[in-house]
Amino acid sequence: MNWNALQTALADEGYVANDDLAMAVHLAMALGRPLLLEGAAGVGKTDLARVLSTVQDTQLIRLQCYEGLDAAQAIYEWNYQRQLLSIRAAAEHGETGRVVEERIFSEEFLLERPLLKAIRQDTPPVLLIDEIDKADEEFEAYLMEILSEFQVTIPELGTIKATSRPIVILTANGTRDLSDALRRRCLYAHISYPDRTTELAILTARCPEVDAALASQIIGFVQSLRKEDLEKKPGIAEMLDFAAALVGLGIADLTRDPVVLQASLATLLKTQTDRDNITTEIAQRLAGKAA
Amino acid sequence: MSQVTKFAARDPGPAARMAGFMAHLRSNGLQLGVGEAKAGLEALTHTQAANPKEARHALRAVFSGCAEDAERFDDLFNAFWLNGGRVSEKTMPTTTTGSDSVHTSRNAKGGEAASGAGAPTTPDGGEDEAETDGEGKLVSSVIRSLTKKDLRDLVLPEDIAEAEKIARRLGAALRDRRSRRRKQARKGDQIHFRKLIRKSLSTGGEPLHLPMKHRPDRPLKIVTLCDVSGSMTVYARVFLSFIAGMMRSDEAADAYLFHTRLVRIADALRDKDALRALGRMSVLADGFGGGSRIGASLMQFSKTYARRFVDGRTVVLILSDGYDTDAPELLGDALANLKKRGCKIIWLNPLKGWDGYEPVARGMAAALPHLDLFRPANKLADLAALEPELVRL
Repeated sequence: MNWNALQTALADEGYVANDDLAMAVHLAMALGRPLLLEGAAGVGKTDLARVLSTVQDTQLIRLQCYEGLDAAQAIYEWNYQRQLLSIRAAAEHGETGRVVEERIFSEEFLLERPLLKAIRQDTPPVLLIDEIDKADEEFEAYLMEILSEFQVTIPELGTIKATSRPIVILTANGTRDLSDALRRRCLYAHISYPDRTTELAILTARCPEVDAALASQIIGFVQSLRKEDLEKKPGIAEMLDFAAALVGLGIADLTRDPVVLQASLATLLKTQTDRDNITTEIAQRLAGKAA
Repeated sequence: MSQVTKFAARDPGPAARMAGFMAHLRSNGLQLGVGEAKAGLEALTHTQAANPKEARHALRAVFSGCAEDAERFDDLFNAFWLNGGRVSEKTMPTTTTGSDSVHTSRNAKGGEAASGAGAPTTPDGGEDEAETDGEGKLVSSVIRSLTKKDLRDLVLPEDIAEAEKIARRLGAALRDRRSRRRKQARKGDQIHFRKLIRKSLSTGGEPLHLPMKHRPDRPLKIVTLCDVSGSMTVYARVFLSFIAGMMRSDEAADAYLFHTRLVRIADALRDKDALRALGRMSVLADGFGGGSRIGASLMQFSKTYARRFVDGRTVVLILSDGYDTDAPELLGDALANLKKRGCKIIWLNPLKGWDGYEPVARGMAAALPHLDLFRPANKLADLAALEPELVRL
C-alpha cells in the first residue's frame, strides 16, 4: 500500500490525515520504526492508532502510561497466587523441587501485559503507547530496549523474540520532555489543530447528519474559539461532541438561540475559567462571525 | 520558488546529494547521525523520491525529532532542494559543521536560548549593540541595561567550589517521597511476591520469610530562576555562584536568568570550564543589571520552558527581591500557572534578611499565597542553612 492509498483508507474509516501524517504512518509501517506523535490534546493522536488497526484489520494493543508504570504492568508478571498454590499442591504429591520450579516458571504461569502481548501475536498488531511522557525516564529507557530489539528477556524463561513486529505508535503532549535517544529511534509527526477545510472534512466524515450550513458554522465557531485566550483549547473530539449536542438539540443556526449555545459550550470548554471568559456576548460575536 | 535546484554536472549522484542535504541540516542544528541518513535513504525507496512533495513529507518524518524541527524543516528543505533553479556549486558544503558542544542545545527552546547555545564563548564583541539600541526608544524603569557586565568579574572560582558543595547538600535534602515504583527493601509496606515465590520453593510453598518492598525516595529536579535586575546586582555574586555550583553538581538541574526578559543558561553553565561557563552566561545575560519584569518573565517561563521541564518532581527556586515593574496580578497568575504543573515553589528573597522586613513590595504580596517556602538569603551560608527546611518540604 503506498501512502496515498493509506490516506484514502484512513479517510474511509473517518480519519482525515494530512499528507505529512499519512506519509509518516506509511513510512513507520514500511521501515518498521515506531512513530512518535506529538500535538495538543484532542487532535486525534490516539484515534489514529484505533483507525489504523481497523484499516490494517488487526488488533489494537494499548498501553496507557502513567507515573510509576513499571515492568510488572507493562511487560509481564508472574501469577503469584497460582504459583503458590501450585507449590503447595506439588509438596503434597511429593514432587521434587526441580520439577516444581520448571513448572511454576513456565508460560502457563505468565501473565502477559501489553508490551509482551504485542510482540507475541501472529499478525502484526498496532501497539499504542499512549502518553509516554507521563511515564518516567526509567520506563522510557526500558521501552527503548524493546522497541529496538523487539524482544523481552525473562530471567526464568529466557529471551522471547517477537513473532511479528507490531506497528508502534507513541503519543506525547509535552508533560515531560522526552529523551533524545527515544526521539531518535522514532519517526516523528506533529499534529496540530486542523485547518478549516480539514476540520470540515472530519466533521462531515464523522457526523454526516449535520447539514452543510450548520457544519460550516460549527467549524468557523470552533476555529475562532481556539484563537481566544483559553486555558484548554477545544480539540477535535470536543468539536464533534459540540456538533452532536447541537444536532441532538435540534439547532440549525448557532446565532438563533444564545441561551442554548451557551449551554452547549459545556462540550467545548472544560474549565471554569474558560466558561467565565467566554460570555454570552463573546459567544454570540464568534457565532455571528462564523455564520 | 518551486524550482528544483540544479546540481553541478560533476556531482556524483543522488546518494551524495542526500549526504549534502544531511550536512546542510546538521549545520542548521538538527541532530542527525548516520542512522538517520540510512533511514532517510530507505524512506525514499518507499516513496517516489523524485517528487519533491513526497520527498519532503518522507524526510520530514525521518529527520525531525520535535515540533520546532518539523516547523523549520520546510525552509531547510526549500533552501537545499528548491533553490529557485540556481545552480548549486557544491553538493557537499566544504566547511566542517559546528562543534559537538551543541548536542544539548536542542532542548533550548526559544530564540534567545537557541542563539546563545550557538554563540561563541567569548563574552564581548557586541559594542555596536549600544548604538543600535539607542535610537530614541521610550525608556522608563523597564530599560534594558546597555552596559554589559562580565560576570567573571563578579564570581570567583572559590565561590563556585564552595557553592558546589552547598548545592550538592541541598540537592540531597530535596527528595521526592511520593515515588510509586517500589524497590526491594528490608522493611517495606508491600510484599515482594516475586522473591517470595522463589524463597518459598525451598520450604515447600510455605512462605516463612516475607521479603518486602518499599517506595524509595527519588531526587527532585531543581529549576532555578535568578533575578539579575539592577536592584539585585549586589547579591548577584552569591546567587550566580550558587547557580553555577548547582549546575555542576546536579546533572538534572536547570537554570534561567531574568531581568526584562528570560534567558535559559543551563546549557552555557554546563561548560566543563567554570570560568568559560560564566563567560558564555555573560553573553546570554545581556541586559544584566537593568530593570526587572518578574511577572512577565515568570509568565513566559510557565508558558514555555515549564511545560517541558517542570513536573511534579521539580522544585522551582526563585531568587529575587520581588521589586517588579509589572502589575502584581501578572506575577500572581504566573505563579498560579506554574503551580499547576505540580511543582514546589521556593522564593529566596535577599531583602527578607533585613530587620523589620515586610513583604510590602506589591509583587511579593501577590506571590506569597503560591509559595511553598519563603526565606531570606543573601549569603552562601544562608543558602546552606536552608537544608533542614528543604528536608521537611
